[in-house]
Amino acid sequence: MPIVEIDNISKSFGANHVLKGVSFAVERGQVIAVIGRSGSGKSTMLRCINGLETIDSGSIAVAGHTLTARQEHLLDLRKDVGMVFQSYNLFPHLTVEENVMLAPRIVKKVPDAQGRATALRVLKQVGLDHKREAYPEQLSGGQQQRVAIARSLAMEPQVMLFDEVTSALDPELTQEVLKVMEELAQAGMTMLLVTHEMEFARRMADVTVFMHQGLVWESGPSEAFFSNPQTPEARQFVGAGAIK
Amino acid sequence: MISDFSWDNLQFLLEATRWTIGLSLIVFITGGIAGFAVALLRTARSPVLRCISALYIQLVQGTPVLIVLFLTYYGLALFGYKLSPIIAAGAAMTIFASAYLGEIWRGCIEGVQRQQWEASAALALNRYQQLRYVILPQALRHSLPPTVGFMVQIIKNTSITSIIGVVELTRAGQLVSNATFLPFIVFPVVALIYFAMCYPLSRYSHSLERKFHAHR
Repeated sequence: MPIVEIDNISKSFGANHVLKGVSFAVERGQVIAVIGRSGSGKSTMLRCINGLETIDSGSIAVAGHTLTARQEHLLDLRKDVGMVFQSYNLFPHLTVEENVMLAPRIVKKVPDAQGRATALRVLKQVGLDHKREAYPEQLSGGQQQRVAIARSLAMEPQVMLFDEVTSALDPELTQEVLKVMEELAQAGMTMLLVTHEMEFARRMADVTVFMHQGLVWESGPSEAFFSNPQTPEARQFVGAGAIK
Repeated sequence: MISDFSWDNLQFLLEATRWTIGLSLIVFITGGIAGFAVALLRTARSPVLRCISALYIQLVQGTPVLIVLFLTYYGLALFGYKLSPIIAAGAAMTIFASAYLGEIWRGCIEGVQRQQWEASAALALNRYQQLRYVILPQALRHSLPPTVGFMVQIIKNTSITSIIGVVELTRAGQLVSNATFLPFIVFPVVALIYFAMCYPLSRYSHSLERKFHAHR
């Protein structure tokens, strides 16, 4: 049974019809890359999965939680779904360790000692255990993004959503973040990533989903998709990516 | 009965200053609590609550404090609620402060980046937890300079309570002036005492502003 099942979801912002009936499924342990032009609805689709955006119709099932237009049981769903943002969004008034410990402590009521141990473990995982006492503003963008990944991991999510997480980073910092994500994927984490990193998508994603005009235009195993896109739009998009 | 401005007069003014300070402190606290509630309502998810609190702010900000004071003192007396001048003064000033502080703090809460709400929501925090652990601590930083600045307004505005007979600094100044016929000595002294209370706060507000600007 798929761990994420998106069934015919629609979403409009006013007159702007962003998602026009998107469906696809993610199996446990899979890495799915979602690519497409700006405005194709890929980020909106991702944000619908954990209820940051409401859906107008359709339904989303994640790890046994069902999300409809009514948005019930949202908090339960979010406990199982981690999210990492393009702009990191660390809490600037808290240290790295406090950022990581906050949600387990107040949402899951994890005791302090255990929370600290978890923080240490996930910060080690992203290679930043030596920055526990630092404040976000003292870190580079790449480091902040790795802390954001650790913060999400500390909730022990079953699925992680990555929303263009390297778009604000220069190539060198991008690599350090991608490396952490690669290790996560190898450790068996179910991941959905909206990305412009074509190379990474091709190499790491089991399935690539190409979105166009609010629809899943084409999708398939990454290697096949990238070497032989079926639709003209996908071919043009992937081709343009290759030239760059 | 005309006499010179004496130490006794000065002592009288300083004793009356205690009321100015006392009333200001009460209004900081009660107005602060009420203002916090107004700020939370102003940023609530329910449009009805937002609308009611906006109306309250508009109403109070569009009315002279003096009129609010007359309403609490003379107005309520008509309905049989005879408040002592100091209580009426405290109540009127609390209403005044709550509207302004509520609006200042609303701005500070809304000044926290939208993404901070999203990041904390994605971590499964409920709305109370988001406010308590993520939004308010950041809003607090930004709120300190304007809040301290507004305290200066409160101290100066307590002078209007002299109208209903609270013998605070301004009223005491009038009394001494009437007794000595030396307004050009008495009122500068009164002004100086106000200045001595307000200036340090103003300076403090500026230094806080610099400190927080340097930090982020």
